[in-house]
Amino acid sequence: MAKKTQGPMNKQGRGAYTWHMMKANKGCYFMLIPFMIFFIIFTVVPVVMSLPMGFTNFNMIQMPKWVGLSNFYTLFVNDDVFLIAVRNTLIFAIFTGPFSYVLSFLIAWLINEMNAFLKTFFTFVFYAPSMTTSVYVTWQLILSGDSYGYLNAVLMDLGILKSPAQWITDTKYILTVVIIVQLWMSMGAGFLAIRAGFQNIDKSMYEAGAIEGIKNRWQELFKITIPSMGPQLLFAAVMQISTSFTVGMVGQNLVGLPSTDYAAHTIMNHATDYGWVRYEMGYSSAICFVLFAAMLLANKGVNWILGKYLD
Amino acid sequence: MARRRKKQSIEKLKVSANKKPINGSRAGDVCIFIFLVLLGAFMVFPLYYSVIQSLKPVEELFVFPPKLYVINPTGRNFSDMFRVAANSWQVPLSRYIFNSFFITIVICAANLFVCCCAAFVLAKCRFPGDKIINQIIVLALLFASNATWIMQFMVMAKLHMIDTYWALILPSISTSIGLYLMRQSMSTIHDAMVEAAKVDGASLFRICWQIVVPNSKPALMTLIIFAFQGAWNMQGGALTYSEELKTLPTVVQQISAAGLARQGVTFASSVVLLIPPLLVFLVAQGNVMETMANSGMKD
Repeated sequence: MAKKTQGPMNKQGRGAYTWHMMKANKGCYFMLIPFMIFFIIFTVVPVVMSLPMGFTNFNMIQMPKWVGLSNFYTLFVNDDVFLIAVRNTLIFAIFTGPFSYVLSFLIAWLINEMNAFLKTFFTFVFYAPSMTTSVYVTWQLILSGDSYGYLNAVLMDLGILKSPAQWITDTKYILTVVIIVQLWMSMGAGFLAIRAGFQNIDKSMYEAGAIEGIKNRWQELFKITIPSMGPQLLFAAVMQISTSFTVGMVGQNLVGLPSTDYAAHTIMNHATDYGWVRYEMGYSSAICFVLFAAMLLANKGVNWILGKYLD
Repeated sequence: MARRRKKQSIEKLKVSANKKPINGSRAGDVCIFIFLVLLGAFMVFPLYYSVIQSLKPVEELFVFPPKLYVINPTGRNFSDMFRVAANSWQVPLSRYIFNSFFITIVICAANLFVCCCAAFVLAKCRFPGDKIINQIIVLALLFASNATWIMQFMVMAKLHMIDTYWALILPSISTSIGLYLMRQSMSTIHDAMVEAAKVDGASLFRICWQIVVPNSKPALMTLIIFAFQGAWNMQGGALTYSEELKTLPTVVQQISAAGLARQGVTFASSVVLLIPPLLVFLVAQGNVMETMANSGMKD
């Protein structure tokens, strides 16, 4: 718990001081070691390795061969599918990112005003879809392309559709369909964090607010609630970014990989395609690297916006 | 008008200080409730429907238009699931279930342990390097995604862990999300408590597990939910290819690859897959509420 003292110090002195502090706090390092070992081996090394790997040709059998920037060049100039994937990923990110973020917040806020039983019940209801990995079959039944598909049947009964629509194979619908299913599953970690944030707010703040003359729910929300849950909002934003930029599994399971005319092909799908199907690891790493860069940028942007608003 | 409102709200405060929010109208409440119920129905419908389908006998499964209820519920689909697994892969389904439970429990325990230890020092101690580790953790929240699978696979291959339980367990032990959650929650605990324990001569390890961790129960419960869910839903993919080591989700995926033709079994297996995380969530969530209601220590 020792505090670092501030003051002018020469280089050697500072080094010695740091060493002294490290020795004084060696208990802390012991506590960190178990986490750091696994963290470095299975998270840091893979992420750091993906950069140099992006500059090579590597097929998992022969040694990686250095090819300079050619992977990145191909990616941006010659790979039409990649550009489609970028476009799709951005569309996904906009819908499942900000949209689902605001929706999570809204739902968490509405739930928060209920009694304990309803709170648990609704949290459960909204969180449950994100726990599933295997109810695609239900969606396949609903979206099935013949007139026995439930959605088709309902729409045809109502006279909206004349003939059955190919929800999961027609390029017109694929993207929309996958976005809806993705949204359905997206009330995950971020939602829970925001829920917890609402619970943590001191009730007396609202009482004070009521006496100070806050009139309605909206004022309460913007004047008291949002400013006092900064950390949870930031955390939820990070989670939202990382899930919305790496979407791909849902599409892969629902409409196949690759989807018709790459209509729902995301950057992640593209990386999976090259990595696991064609064993072009170098190229796949380059794709992942671009994805990382995009996520970093998005995170910087969100931090900037939220930071401006929260303080 | 404003004065009357104020008076009312103060009276309300007196009557039910901690029950209802002070602001908000009856009509608003009703609208919100209806909105939530409709949205909730959309969220639950696919889940509800897969439960219903899994209980339907063959005669009812393919009836059109589909029925939203079961007339003669049956357990056939669930027993068929065991038969299908045994016939197709020579490994009984119980083996996959065991694998999933084994992996999940080991991961949860190890994850809780390492995350709590690390989160405690990062939240409550100052030492050279703490700032940079904190920053790396936040960055890792972004990167800890499926984009690292390929490289993780190569690391595994180098360590000769492909096709062992280790390949499934080790990468999930240190999760940045777990560390971040615990650290956030632990840093709200008062330094005074930690200091007091220090003065009494408790070691860092004891302070962590006897004082700080019990006081961050909501975060701990959330962590359990995440860890359990992540581990339970893990598909071995290329990391384990022997049948004996595959997990339940992998097998469920293989079963549902048969698609709509084997509907009953597919639905049954997806229901089986869903039950454990749901139970964990419900139990943990109940605990979160409980501790939130009476979490003490204020200035």
